[in-house]
Amino acid sequence: MSVAAETLARPRATPAERLSRFVARTPVHIALLAIAVVWLVPTAGLAITSIRPRDEIQATGWWTSFNDFAFTLHNYDLVLDNAQMGSSFVNSIIITVPSTLLPLTIGAMAAYAFSWIRFPFRDTIFLLIVALMVVPIQMALVPLLRLFRDLGLNDWYLGIWLAHTAFGLPLAVFLLRNFFITLPRDLIEAARVDGASNLRIFARVVLPLSVPALASYGIFQFLWVWNDLLMALVFISDSDLFPMTKRITEMQGTYGAEYHLLASGAFLLMIVPLIVFFALQRYFVQGLLAGSVK
Amino acid sequence: MSSQPVPGPVGRPRGRRLPAIFRYEGWQGLIFIAPAVVLLGGLVAYPLVWTIVYSFGDTNSKLDIVRWVGLDNYERLFTKDKVFLDRDVFPPDGALVNNLKWGVLYTTFSLAFGLLIAILAARVRYESLVKAVIFVPMAIAATAIAIIWKLVYEPDPDLGVANAVATGVFNTDPIVFLGRADTVNYAIIFAYVWASTGFAMVVLSAALKGIPEEIIEAARTDGANEWNIFRRIQFPLLSLPMAVVTVWLTINVIKLFDVIYVMTRGGPGTSSEVIATQMYDETFLNGEGGYGAAIAVVMLLLILPLMAYNVSRFRTERVVT
Repeated sequence: MSVAAETLARPRATPAERLSRFVARTPVHIALLAIAVVWLVPTAGLAITSIRPRDEIQATGWWTSFNDFAFTLHNYDLVLDNAQMGSSFVNSIIITVPSTLLPLTIGAMAAYAFSWIRFPFRDTIFLLIVALMVVPIQMALVPLLRLFRDLGLNDWYLGIWLAHTAFGLPLAVFLLRNFFITLPRDLIEAARVDGASNLRIFARVVLPLSVPALASYGIFQFLWVWNDLLMALVFISDSDLFPMTKRITEMQGTYGAEYHLLASGAFLLMIVPLIVFFALQRYFVQGLLAGSVK
Repeated sequence: MSSQPVPGPVGRPRGRRLPAIFRYEGWQGLIFIAPAVVLLGGLVAYPLVWTIVYSFGDTNSKLDIVRWVGLDNYERLFTKDKVFLDRDVFPPDGALVNNLKWGVLYTTFSLAFGLLIAILAARVRYESLVKAVIFVPMAIAATAIAIIWKLVYEPDPDLGVANAVATGVFNTDPIVFLGRADTVNYAIIFAYVWASTGFAMVVLSAALKGIPEEIIEAARTDGANEWNIFRRIQFPLLSLPMAVVTVWLTINVIKLFDVIYVMTRGGPGTSSEVIATQMYDETFLNGEGGYGAAIAVVMLLLILPLMAYNVSRFRTERVVT
């Protein structure tokens, strides 16, 4: 901020001036460097540990490994096959994709109705749905577990899909409705005059104009579900169906300090969110800011 | 709600002819919201009511209610359960007190680091790089954060970097950070501050950039130094976003589960237990569904005012764009 202002005020800084300003900011550079190091070291430690041979991990600290590069992908082989992280990776995808698309679709439909269709008690119902944002998952775990058990949904992913969908919906409806009402009314009315049905207006006018909002919510929900441990602990009991979060937690109990497995496993868990982060940083940040009411 | 008047059908719809009942807009609205209402009713509202009902009973290990006990669960929670709230020691201890520690320390430090980094980073050209480095942990699952920091805190100085620094630089004996009642909470809190600072930083950085340059330039012309600009102009203008971040972090604290479950399971003993981990243990390990339900209700009551504040803020002002 102040940098920009300063540069504006003095657009033609000579090299000497620029150098002196740079030197004047040396404490800032040092502070930022120190902060960046603190923030990078833990993750770097995990990443490097994940590619070191098991006996070296136990003999020396990862920070000494720069001297002798003895890196290996063997840990990943082990963790993918023997520790079943490979199938858990697939399970995480199977859990996450429907748990993202369902609330997105259902939430967008409801948000459209709350924005552009008139019906009785509309605003009251909307407020009730928004109010449900307050409910922590803990308030539903036992009744849902019993419900899924009675309906036979506990043996597979149907239960956890529905639970994630339901708990993702209040935020979806809230965010998308807030976005949809900002669309120009003339546009919707023009489509109505042309005889377009609500379904058509929703699919052809509102959705295409709302891609940023949909993407932000979608990314937020995707990461939320991908990173979730609690629902997986409660609703997934069959070991073959474990997502990665639950598998790692389990491994941690079994293998204790076997960091060649824990580190590579944790790194596998991080890969997808990191890709999402670097590829879609803009939407990601928007989604997080928007999701900050969740 | 800022209910913008919604247009009814204008003119006669042409095109496909639907039976009259489908052309009545009200029905269409109800059809559009039906899936959401059914799911929320069946999977959020109905369980919500049941959990409240449960909290007045005792269950067997299959989580069926076996008898009604009135308010006993709540009474036990606040007066007899030393894991939840131990008032016999000074200062008081227990899961609830740990949440309070978290609420103060985690929130303050995440906010302070976030603000500091937002301000410092704005002064250098590589701002976006620094911000990305700080922000990345936000994408990482709490489960992975727990593993990352368990490794950092390993007691063996040839394994954990924290003890490598402690023994190598400060010449202390290795500290069993996660195995000691007096360090475990602070160790986990620090790990989670590391993970959440990025959020505070992004919100506050966006808010800082939203302050008009003219104001700052004018102050500078009047001879204000950087500290005064921060103290008198930027800081007051940041109060709203800081409040929103604080509330969001506090809600995070009340729901806090994964990182503690993976790092310590509430241990050693019960010294790092928080509300959500105790709720899980009572319900799914001890089979005390009614008691767990009472803990869940306490969580709900703690979140309620915070969420109400957050939603109302969100509606009235867009904190960030």
